[in-house]
Order: sequence, then structure tokens, then C-alpha cells
Amino acid sequence: MEHFKLDLDKNGILLITFDSPGRSMNVLSNAVMAEFGQIVEKIKTEADIKGAVITSGKAAFCAGADLDEMGGQTAELQSMMSSDPEAAKKKLFDQVYSLNQEFRALETCGKPIAAAVNGLALGGGFEIVLACHGRFAANDNPKLKLGLPEALVGLLPGAGGTQRLPRLVGLMAAAPILTQGKQLKASEAQAMGILHGTAPQTELIKTAKQWVKDNPKAKQPWDADRFKFPGGAPYTAQGFQMFAGANAMIRKETYGNYPAMENILKAVYEGSLVPMDAALRIESRYFADLFLRPESKNMIRSLFVSKQAIEKGEGRPAGQTKGEINKVGVIGAGFMGAGIAYVSAMSGIEVVLIDRDQEGADKGKQFTIDEQTKRVKRRKSTQEKADKIINRIEATTDYAKLNDVDLIVEAVFEDSALKAKITELAEDVIGDKAVFGSNTSTIPITDLAKASKRPDNFIGIHFFSPVHKMMLVEIIKGEKTSDYAISRAIDFVSRIRKVPIVVEDTRGFYANRCVMRYIQEGYNLLSEGVKPALIENAAKMAGMPVGPLALQDEVAIDLGYKVMQQTKRDLGNNYEPNAGEPIITAMVEKYERFGRKNGKGFYVYNGKEKHLWEELGQFAVNGILDEQPAVQEIKDRIMYTQAIEAARTFDEGIIHDPREADLGSIFGWGFAPFTGGAISFIDTKGAKAFVARADELRDAHGSQFEVPALLRDMAEKGDSFYSRFGQKKAA
Amino acid sequence: MTDAYIFDAVRTPRGKGKKSGSLHEITALSLLTQQLEAIRDRNDLDTSKVDDVIMGCVSPVGEQGADIARVAAISADYAETAAGVTINRFCASGLEAVNMGAAKVMSGMSDMIVAGGIESMSRVPMGSDGGAMAVDPSFAYEHQLVPQGISADLIATKYGFSRDDCDAYAVESQKRTAKAWDEGRFDKGIVPVKDQLGVTILSKDEHMRPSTDMQSLGALNPSFIGMGTVMPGFDGVALQKYPELEKINHVHHAGNSSGIVDGASAVLIGTKEMGEALGLKARARIKSFAEIGSEPTIMLTGPEFVAAKALKKAGMEVGDIDLYELNEAFAAVVLRFLQAHDIDPAIMNVNGGAISMGHPLGATGAMILGTMVDELERSDKETSLITLCVGGGMGAATIIERV
Repeated sequence: MEHFKLDLDKNGILLITFDSPGRSMNVLSNAVMAEFGQIVEKIKTEADIKGAVITSGKAAFCAGADLDEMGGQTAELQSMMSSDPEAAKKKLFDQVYSLNQEFRALETCGKPIAAAVNGLALGGGFEIVLACHGRFAANDNPKLKLGLPEALVGLLPGAGGTQRLPRLVGLMAAAPILTQGKQLKASEAQAMGILHGTAPQTELIKTAKQWVKDNPKAKQPWDADRFKFPGGAPYTAQGFQMFAGANAMIRKETYGNYPAMENILKAVYEGSLVPMDAALRIESRYFADLFLRPESKNMIRSLFVSKQAIEKGEGRPAGQTKGEINKVGVIGAGFMGAGIAYVSAMSGIEVVLIDRDQEGADKGKQFTIDEQTKRVKRRKSTQEKADKIINRIEATTDYAKLNDVDLIVEAVFEDSALKAKITELAEDVIGDKAVFGSNTSTIPITDLAKASKRPDNFIGIHFFSPVHKMMLVEIIKGEKTSDYAISRAIDFVSRIRKVPIVVEDTRGFYANRCVMRYIQEGYNLLSEGVKPALIENAAKMAGMPVGPLALQDEVAIDLGYKVMQQTKRDLGNNYEPNAGEPIITAMVEKYERFGRKNGKGFYVYNGKEKHLWEELGQFAVNGILDEQPAVQEIKDRIMYTQAIEAARTFDEGIIHDPREADLGSIFGWGFAPFTGGAISFIDTKGAKAFVARADELRDAHGSQFEVPALLRDMAEKGDSFYSRFGQKKAA
Repeated sequence: MTDAYIFDAVRTPRGKGKKSGSLHEITALSLLTQQLEAIRDRNDLDTSKVDDVIMGCVSPVGEQGADIARVAAISADYAETAAGVTINRFCASGLEAVNMGAAKVMSGMSDMIVAGGIESMSRVPMGSDGGAMAVDPSFAYEHQLVPQGISADLIATKYGFSRDDCDAYAVESQKRTAKAWDEGRFDKGIVPVKDQLGVTILSKDEHMRPSTDMQSLGALNPSFIGMGTVMPGFDGVALQKYPELEKINHVHHAGNSSGIVDGASAVLIGTKEMGEALGLKARARIKSFAEIGSEPTIMLTGPEFVAAKALKKAGMEVGDIDLYELNEAFAAVVLRFLQAHDIDPAIMNVNGGAISMGHPLGATGAMILGTMVDELERSDKETSLITLCVGGGMGAATIIERV
């Protein structure tokens, strides 16, 4: 045994300690499962073994399946799928089902088995626990959580989770755990009846062993004769309402875009109508079905593999090494600056928060105080921890306090002269190795760097609003920005647990440039006479979190107006008028409708309620169309215009790594996560099919759908973004 | 092709479909048996000539299970050669039974049929039969099924019917029914229900509220707003099929929707020749009938399309029909039908309908067909089109003409 240590005590209870060598976390790999099978056989057949307790030799119990190993099987399956799909599916099913068979063999081995969960148990790790007769967890490990996060990467819990959990707690209690990845603390799991008990880590194994000793004939409830599905099976008066309701609740949220959600519902429903062995086969089929879909492949790649890699700083230039960021200066304590100070302090970084007067600086710090107070109130933190975080921020007007910071983030108004002055003031004080970052969203970094004495250490660090909720940070390279500065900026963004993507200096950088296309297409549709509700709903049906008009309301229409005026001034004769211009102009100049911030925009706001402004029809140049376009046409327009813009940024060399482009699209502006991001969206369709559809859209709707030369070349050569650009950065 | 004629049509008065309703203490079998007995006795019928008893029932479980049509035929002392079959086309089951009976007659394979329906909603509540439709994700999730009330409110929203429009329709329905009862328009078709002792327990529809006015209806809360907007939020599901709408206006409530009631119905259908042989007078001829599937999320727009289909089969146009009868499942269903075919409300549901009298699901279709047979005779009109909206997105219709 390599992965498990076995220790039989004098009472005949076998202690199984899961402890894979050379890894920080136990995962369920093929090798692990092979040994697991042998152990189950041993328990079953050896008379001197009366029962068993499973625990972990690591801080965490088990982190679930080996996603990397699973990903490795995809290529082979894909090729089999095209030659003999039925054989491929059968092969995949056999693999998937073998895991279910192992766990089922454990719970039907005829001897009592208890889990002693000492730490985090996720996915397959939690599913082992569910397959044990007795379930115990440590109550003194704050990192201990039980959960099934598979749905978040487009899969379902495929080792019995969709069957055992609902059979323990009922559909309604199981649904948020199965579909939203909700994680439970030990005390919560005990209150729900998932755990039989909790104990301090020192007592945990003893407690579990005692249970095994006391329950020699332990059986899972679903293997007892008169098992009743908690909360009611589908065809009981109570259960009927719940199953019907679950379909609606999940459909309403997912718009049918997430096959994992649908398959989880199907597995639970169909499984609940048959005995456990058949139920597990059904679950394995629905798991295999998901595994073969592009959604799961894309979601695993972007939301799991790429996210982890980029967060860890894989975007770092070659030759640079990871360094610590212990203290930062944030200049400008407005909404953005306050947010940046907050997330920095939350991550343990000392912050000097500067504004032009003390009142302004204090106000910026107040944001952190308020947020922390809320967390304490909601029992998400303690006053002691909150105070520590708050005390990390020094609100001041004194630039001299910046003398020992590692990095500066300037977040003042978008005014080049003001920014230049601040650059000077800061550079007078900060050390040679400190990097100056500007959180500008509109002014080119190269221009701002002209005010710097050390432009090699000058960089753009572009946050999104609200800072504490938005995961993405764009790191903008000016003409003279050094690799060192990029590396330091990545150090900072990694430390505050956000996703850093490295982008060249261009108008709108990457994310804003693409999202502008989204909003712009909303204006195009509105001016063409598409019903506003149809525009907004079709966008959400395509997977966008909010419609383009709602988004414009959130970022403020008058801000869009200012950007438009600025762009006009900057571009002069090169400025091309667009459909949004008369709309924005009228909204701001004629109606003073600025968006959510003044309670009126494309929507009318009444407290938490909002509805589309009734007068939007006036912006339809030739009136509302009698025959409205098909939803699919609108969805395509909305998605293609964004994806094409993302492709243009590759064509222009603004962005270099498809992983960064995908993550930027999901975390920067909410591009439909099930696609894996704007670049995966194109790759999944295939360059050839994508270009063909884009050309149709261009002919019907305009030049925003003109694809860059790069995409035509890719279509011709049969390339994908990941095949063409994917290796460069990794090398 | 042989013609199918209607010789007689009977129905129970409709009892309130709850524990306090007059018919709650009468079994479903007894309700149906009494109607079959009435058909036999009113027509001095040689039941050995009856080929089949076809009964609609939407919840054919519990006491309504196990082919209640066959059980009732034996229970009503029909000749044992009279077979029995229970069918389910949801709300149109009773009319579907008539249409299937007519089809058997028209095809020459049957000479005499008793068709109708039974639903004791107080004893076998709606939904007792379960069904994959609402709970199996393969259907409910993928095809975005929502409860009928949401669909009805969706119709109102999409086609522009306000709460006041629907309430005004309901007030008119109550008025027309009150008048119909006052004038004895239902007398011919009503067979009072007897209790276990043989004493009459109900002789008149008991769901009616003749004093209903806009004010009293205005006080009622919309029935489907909670399940639509909060838990579990069916509006969000329905709007994915109708994304041109921003939200659903919830206009329906207990007062402008069909009532839950108990009742049974039976219609005697056969060939002219068999009728003559048995000394029966044909009262109406079935000119055409049709069924259709329609978009299942909005669910209740089928009548518009099935009426057109039945008219086409009969070689008729909308204007050729003297009286329309569309089951008042929800006010908006009727308002949409009137709007779609531009029909004069004066010839639609002349004696009110399910809003005033209630909708005993499986029985209603044959009940309203019977109402039209009586009404054509009373008002000296020639043709009528009877139709119902149906769950799952369907419609059924029958066109009859007086002979």
C-alpha cells in the first residue's frame, strides 16, 4: 500500500489512514482507487477485521477527484467519440462507474465503517464520507468544510453524491450543496443529519472507533427495508411540489445553459425512484454525459486549471521570480482607492491610504471599517480579526509615509495633470525598487509614464468596480515598463487573491474594450427597433449576468457620455459615430437619466425593484419592429461581437495568452462562464464555423462582426487559439 | 362515412369541490352511475345496443382508477356487452370522449356509444395521479413547463388583458349563469344527484355567486404571484420562452378562474339507423371535431388553433357558427379566443361557464356540449362550436348542428 496506512487494533477495528506520498492533498486517482478496492476486499474477507475507520494523514481529509488525471483522458475519448461513439461512451461509463462500485462495495461489505473526517473533504472526498455508515468530523478545525463543488466546473458528484446526499437530507437541503457548491461546516452537517457526531481532532478517531464497536450491524438507511426518501420522493404529495419546484428554481437561474445542473436534477429524480445500485448506474451515466460535453471541458480548463495557474502568477515574464509584497501605498481614497486598500488589508498587506485631506483619507478607510463590521455582525469574522485588518490601514495625507512601500496604486480622478503631480510626489519618497501602478481605465500608461522619472517601474494596475467583488485585475504594460515591474504587479495581485492578466497598452485595454462591444450591440438592437425586454432577456439567455442596458445603468450612463466625449476629442476625424451616441446624449442631456446612481436610467428604480423605462421605444429609429428577430439571432449578435473583439486583441498583440483572455472575459465582464470564456467560445465552435457565422452577421448587421485576419487564417489552417497561442506562455 | 348523432346529454349539477361541498359525500362511482342510469331511463335504452362507454377522467386513480367507465357501466346495470374505457386528455377529456365516440360511429365500427366524464375533485384532488410532466427534469426543465395559472397570466400579459378585463368577464359569466338558471335553461340536461337513500342531495350548481361585482372581485389577491415571482419563481422559467416580455402580470384569482367542483356527464351518440331502431330522436349532428397540440409553456392557447382546424374540416368559417362555447378555465383564455377570431362576445358562453359554475375536469367537455345541444334548441339556432384549452399545450373542439 502506497497511499493508505493500515492499522488493526486489538478490537479488530482497522484504521485506514489516507496519506498519498509526495502530495499536499489526498486526491482520488486511479492508483488510489486500486488500493482502496483491495482494502475493501480485505475488510470483507478477513474475519479478524470487525469494522473500519477511515481518516487522513494530512491536514485535509481529501480534495476529491484528480482533475488533471481526468483531463488527460479527454483526448483519447474525443477521438473514440468520432469513430465509435457508443463504444467510447461505454468505456467512459465503465471507468466512471467503477468508482461508484468501489464505494458501494464499502457500504455493503457487511461490516461497520466510519469516517473520521479530520479536515477539508470536498467532492469525492466528501462522497467517501457519505458512503460510510458512521460519519464523524472534527469540530476544532476551522478549515474543515464538507462540499461537492463539481457543478462549479460543469460536472456532477459522480461517486454517489447525487444519490446518498438527497437520501440523507432530502432534495431541498441537498440542492444548494449539489448545484451551487455550498460548503458545510461540521456543525452544520451534523445539524442536517449528515454527520453522526463531531469531536475534537484528538478524540476523533476514538469516537469513530467507539461507534464502529457499538454498531456491528450498521447499514445505510437506504439499504434498510422501509426506507423513506426524506422530504418525499417525487411521487408523494410533499415530494411532488419539491421536485417540481427544484426544476423551476434551477431553470430560472441557469437558462438551460449549464448541463451539469440539468443532469444533477435528472440523476436525483431518476435515482430516487430506484434502489441504490441502479441509482448509482444512473448517476454514472449522467456524469459520463457531462464529461463528454464542451461545457465541462471549458469550465474545468478556465475556472479550475487556468485560474489556479494564473492566480499563482504563471503570467510572470520569464526570468522573473516571485517576491513578497508587504506594504502598499494607495493614493486617492475614493470608491476605487478605498476598495483597493480594503482588499489589500484583508490579505495581510500594510496600507498607506493617502488623500488630499485627512477627511477624504478617513472616509476611504471607513469603507474597510464598515465592511468588517458587517462581517462581524454576520459572524463571518471576529472583532479581533476585524481590528487587525482595520489597523493595517493608515489613512493620511503625508506622502513621506510611502517611503517603505513595495508598490503604489494611484486611483485618483482620470486627469493626466493630477496623476502627473501625484507621480512626482510619490517618486520623491519611494524606494528604487518600488513599483508605481496607476489604476487608470482610460488614459494610456505610456502617456502617464512620461511624468515618471523611472518609467521602467511605472505600470497600469487596472481594477474593476466594485473592487472587493471583482476578481480580475489587468496589468498594463507601458512602452518602457520592465519585466520586473510586471512581476511585482503580479506579486501584488496574487497576494490579494485576484486574477492578474497582462495586457498591452491600448484604449480600453482588454476587458473594457470588449465589454464596450457588448453595450454597443445593445444600442444597435435598441435603435433597430428590437423590444428592450427582448434585448435584455436574450442577453441573459446567452449567459450574460445582466443585459447590456442594465450594465450601462450600473456603470452609469453619464460616465459613458464622458468617455464618448473624450474619445471624440482624442480621435478627432477618426471618430466613427455609432448607434449609442444619440441615445446616450438624449439620456444625459435631455432626460438626466444617469443610471442606477440617480434612480433613473434605462430602468426605473424603486428600491429593490426595477423595470425598463417605458419611453425607450423612442430610440428605435424606425419604430419598434412589427416582427421581432429570433432570440438566437440576438444571442449570436451579443456573443459574437464580444468574442470578435477579444480575437482582435490577439490579432493586435494586446493580449497573448488564451487563458488570460478567457479569464479576463469571465471575471472582468461576466462573459458566460459555461463557455469557458470569450476565446474558448470561439475555439468550441471552431474557427471555421465561427468565421462563417460572423460573416453572416456582418452582412446582415454591420462591420462590428468583421473578423480579424488572424481568425481567417486560423479558419483556413484549422487552428484554435489554444493550439496556436496556448504553448507560448507555458514554455 | 356514417354520420354521428347526439340523442341525449345529461349532467350532474356541480358541487363545490371541497369537503363542505354537497357532493363530497357521494362517491365518484355513484355520480357517474347515476348519469348512466339517467341516459338509460330517459331514453328507455336497450343497453345491449351500446357498444362502448367512454369516460374522460383527469385523475384516474384511487376510486376513479381501474377504468371507472367499465365499473360504472356495470354498476348502472348496463348489459354486460357494453364495454367501458377511461380516457385522459386533461381538461378536454369529456369532449374527447364524445369525439372518440363519434369517430367510432363515423367509422362504422360502433352503432351506439355513451360518452362523458367524471371528476370528483373533492374526493380525488387534482394532481393525485402524479405524472412526469411537472417533476421529471427531462420534461419540466428542458421544456419549461409552468403551472396553468402562470400560463393564463402569461396569456393576459402577452395579449394585453388587464385585471379589469378579466374581472369584467367573470362578472358577466356569473350574470349569464344566474339568468340561465332563472329561465330554466339547464332544466333539460340536469340530473339531480341522489344520496345513499335515494333522496336528492343536489339539484343546482352550487359554485355560483350571482352577486359578484367588480368591487368584490377587486378585493381578491392574484393567485399565482407567489409561485410566479418568489418560490419557486415560475415566471422566470416562462419568460425564457417569451423573452419579449419583461414580466408577467398576475391577473387571475379564484373569482376569474374556473372553480374546483365535483360532477359527471354523459352523452348518447349513435348512427341515425340505430337511433331509429331504438325509437330515439336525433337532436344534433356532429359535423366535425379536432384536437391539436400547441406551445406547452403558454399552454392554454390551443382553442384558437383547434377551432380553426375543426372549422376547416367542416368546411365552415368563423362567421358560420351561431354559438361558441369555450371552457372558462381562466378569463384570459376566453378573451384571447375572442380576440384571435374576432368573435362577438354576445355569442360566446351564452350561459356562463366554469368561472360561474365550476370545472369538473374530466366531465366538463361533455357537459358544455350538452349545454349547447339544449341551447341550440331553446334559442332556435343551428350551429355551435365547443372547445377547451388543455394542459400540456393542447386543444379539442367539436362542431355540432341541430337536426
